[in-house]
Amino acid sequence: MARIKVPRKSTAIDMTAMCDVAFLLLTFFIMTAKVRTEDPVPIDMPKSSIQQPIPENDFATISVGSQKAFFGIEGVNIRKQTLIQMGELYKTTFTPDELNRFSTITSIGVPFNQMHQFIALSADDQKKYNKPGIPRDSVSNELFNWIREARKATVALDNAQLRIAIKGDSKEEYPVIKDVINILQKQKVNKFSLITNLGSGGGAAPKK
Amino acid sequence: MAELDTSGGGKHKGGKVRSKKQSTRVDLTAMVDLAFLLITFFIMTTTLAKPKAMDLTMPDKDDKTKDQLAVKASSSLTLLLGSNDKLEWYLGEAGKSAPTIIGYGPNDLRKLLVEKKADIEKATGKPMIVLIKPSSKSNYKNVVAILDEMNIVNVQSYAIVDILPIEVTDLQKNGLYNDTK
Repeated sequence: MARIKVPRKSTAIDMTAMCDVAFLLLTFFIMTAKVRTEDPVPIDMPKSSIQQPIPENDFATISVGSQKAFFGIEGVNIRKQTLIQMGELYKTTFTPDELNRFSTITSIGVPFNQMHQFIALSADDQKKYNKPGIPRDSVSNELFNWIREARKATVALDNAQLRIAIKGDSKEEYPVIKDVINILQKQKVNKFSLITNLGSGGGAAPKK
Repeated sequence: MAELDTSGGGKHKGGKVRSKKQSTRVDLTAMVDLAFLLITFFIMTTTLAKPKAMDLTMPDKDDKTKDQLAVKASSSLTLLLGSNDKLEWYLGEAGKSAPTIIGYGPNDLRKLLVEKKADIEKATGKPMIVLIKPSSKSNYKNVVAILDEMNIVNVQSYAIVDILPIEVTDLQKNGLYNDTK
């Protein structure tokens, strides 16, 4: 009596191709990835047809939104050096621990007299902290000093010029931006960048 | 899940005793799971559309005016940025000719820039100089849009300058000086 063989099909699928694709995508994302930095205020960047990418280092951003200005510097060492110099300017010193904590802050948005207090907070509390922005008035001139000290620090550490970019909210009224530009021009920074997103903006059609 | 495929290889040459061939297959399910998990993580935490940097050079704000040249009235086009996403333009000097209201669309602003650029170059032989004057009621998006148009239309010389009171009055007259918010 011949036994009838019932061919048993395996339910296992060949995963090789899927695995290949998955890792290919993964590699792509890791290569192109840049960690998203949270903006202290919601900033909707205006669109333009500019293709030039923003530089990776020796770079500082002035974020402007809701009438407030924030200052962010790329690079841990430059951040630390800037804070030390700011401390000298405002007659205060920071412990190495405070410097380390400061070097993780991507964007500064508190007046300098609150800096010790702000650094002491945990990362979560720093996010929740009601940041008033860096004062831009001519009396304290804090934004001016931050920019100048950051430029000095970049020259000292990297022997390069700090590139400054303004990251403004689309809806921001021009006088606030003008304020920031005036601060830059006061220290003879006449060339800077405006950060934009790729796309057709301001009602303009995409490029032909 | 990780079963061994014991069906053996494809060909066995008629031999009666089948030697059990160990399969070289590895179960990849876990690996794929991990890969997709990582992909998800990277998609979530990264920005794909990298922001771009638009270079802007402002005119030197030196008080000494000795090395500054006056802009020729015949080759200058002035854009006054008002509220409500509208702007005004005029040729030559302020107050001499009535400004025209225009929008930011490609059929408005870009067409104007292309036309005037050709006109001015033909008439004077000099490149067109565009003076951008954002009023206090214009927003940042408009300024960026204008600068972008300058790049698209390839206007070499342009500058952001302060608006004159007479021009503000004109914007007010045309209802382009309102608070947007």
